[in-house]
Amino acid sequence: MQAKPDAGLVVTGVRKRFGHVAVLDHVGFAAARGEFVTLLGPSGCGKTTLLRIVAGLERADAGRVTVDGRDLTGEPPHRRPVNTVFQSYALFPHLSVADNVAFGLRARRAAEGDVRRRVADALALLRIDELRARRPDELSGGQKQRVAVARALVNEPAVLLLDEPMSALDAQLRGDLQLELRRLQRRLGTTFVLVTHDQEEAMTVSDRIIVMDRGRIAQSGVPRAVYERPATRFVAAFLGAANLVAARRVDDHAVETVLGPLRVASAVTRDAPTIAIRPERIVVHAERPAANAVRATVREALFKGDHGQLFCDPGDLRVRIAARDDLAAGAQVWLELPAEHLQVLDD
Amino acid sequence: MTEPAIAFRGDLATPRSLRARALGLAAPALAWITVFLIAPLCLVLAVAFCGRGDYGQIEWRFTSANLARALGCAADGFSDVNLRIAARTLWLSAGTTAICLVLGFALSLVIATRRPALRALLLAAVMIPFGTNLVIRTYGWQLLLAGRGPLAPIAAALGLSEPGLALYPSPIAVWVGMVAALAPFAVAPLYAVVERLDWSLVEAARDLNAGRWRVLRHALLPQVAPGLTAAAVLTFIPALGMFVVSDLLGGAKHMLIGNLVQQQLARDWPYGAALGVWLIVATLAALVLARRGPDRARA
Repeated sequence: MQAKPDAGLVVTGVRKRFGHVAVLDHVGFAAARGEFVTLLGPSGCGKTTLLRIVAGLERADAGRVTVDGRDLTGEPPHRRPVNTVFQSYALFPHLSVADNVAFGLRARRAAEGDVRRRVADALALLRIDELRARRPDELSGGQKQRVAVARALVNEPAVLLLDEPMSALDAQLRGDLQLELRRLQRRLGTTFVLVTHDQEEAMTVSDRIIVMDRGRIAQSGVPRAVYERPATRFVAAFLGAANLVAARRVDDHAVETVLGPLRVASAVTRDAPTIAIRPERIVVHAERPAANAVRATVREALFKGDHGQLFCDPGDLRVRIAARDDLAAGAQVWLELPAEHLQVLDD
Repeated sequence: MTEPAIAFRGDLATPRSLRARALGLAAPALAWITVFLIAPLCLVLAVAFCGRGDYGQIEWRFTSANLARALGCAADGFSDVNLRIAARTLWLSAGTTAICLVLGFALSLVIATRRPALRALLLAAVMIPFGTNLVIRTYGWQLLLAGRGPLAPIAAALGLSEPGLALYPSPIAVWVGMVAALAPFAVAPLYAVVERLDWSLVEAARDLNAGRWRVLRHALLPQVAPGLTAAAVLTFIPALGMFVVSDLLGGAKHMLIGNLVQQQLARDWPYGAALGVWLIVATLAALVLARRGPDRARA
């Protein structure tokens, strides 16, 4: 889908300090109309503050927020075409589910017939019609989350902001709701911006992931690219497990490491780069492989249910293998680190 | 059916024996309440049904004349003086309560959103005057409201009074004194709820297009309602019985139920006791209303 360049959410040059701490340091990102973008990072990286600045709940020290070309920088929350699903859901405890969902429409003084019809649609969309007369304290966590999403979506925002909406739910339910959120977003074509610290959630739901680290954007891209081609040690380690190996440049496609000499597919520009490889990309062989072979000793072998995990020396390499029991501690193996999966990091 | 055993301090105790122990622990407090609260109240009730001797002393014969007279139905016909005093007292108490709630809520919001160190300081500033004797505080207001006090020129400049004239005795001075005397009663319970406010509800309301009024109505008031009820009870009930403030700041014309009772206790104990009984009835009625209010709002 090719949209106008200013369609959707555009955030530029945002700075925010709390006292002496720079929470956001010149951060910018865009979410095209209909895109599902996730701000991913550990707690304290500034992702929630950034979301609150977009919502208008926090004022940035500098920077601009526009939606579909309209500058919202100085606008209060209730004049922004943006709605939020809060981490705690923040449902009004004295109002029924239906009245909670109707809140935004009534605040804008929509006609009561219109309110009733749209509330019914929103309740149906999230399959919570039968909860309409309940109070928030009579709902489970998952139900509250649906009500919070319905309450925001019923206003037909240009951008829906979700602040860690799954963090209070158990793993099973979280998985189900992630899928449902993804399908809902696809169906409505609304721009979603999700904040989470859960990399699996980010990869499941997003069109694009923006990884944040200490108030800056570390990397941005489609989930596969960010996972397969992490730019920094932080991104490599934060998204799933990664083996990080200190290296020395030999030539454009060769490095020397504690594992021995390795060929890499991408160009080596720095003298002492760090090389990253995912545990599942390392191949275990009984015979010496043709290239990038490492003779290793299994120090520890773990059974993880659907797969197995080895810790091998040298280099304390973490290797993901199919679940099998013929590799025990002390075994000698050949490891292959395929050149195309060795990622040369920027730092 | 046998009562289930409950482990209590290593012993196995039945609920019945637990209740017995609890009663034992509560006995000193119960005795205190009985001797110093229930007994005097019974005495007041008894005296209210007694006759009056020639020198105002109590005569132990039964009559309901005092209670009738307190409502204005004296032997020589109906008088609305007491009812007018009661109406004035109710109006002043209700008004004082309303002002204290608004001030207390605003003040609690201001204090609760400060830094912790400043918070403690501001709370102390609210509570310290409260530790001073009410009579002394009210005399303090006399100084402030005096013709040569700091407030008179301001009031004169605003055209509210003549230059050089004292601002008391006057009904306004009584209102000022009442609010000053009772505001801490409102701040304490309101601060307790405001400090624990869930601000995400306020943010959610603002995010959902709510203006100031809707934020107040749906995000703040439901959360602070218990505190408001407590503050209203704690302000309104002392206000009903107040007599020091109106005595010192209101002059002879501004009589409240409290003043009336106080006067009678010098010359007509049974009549004073009868007035007191009606005041207690009014107070209990106010308490019942306050307890029912939130229940109905929730239903």
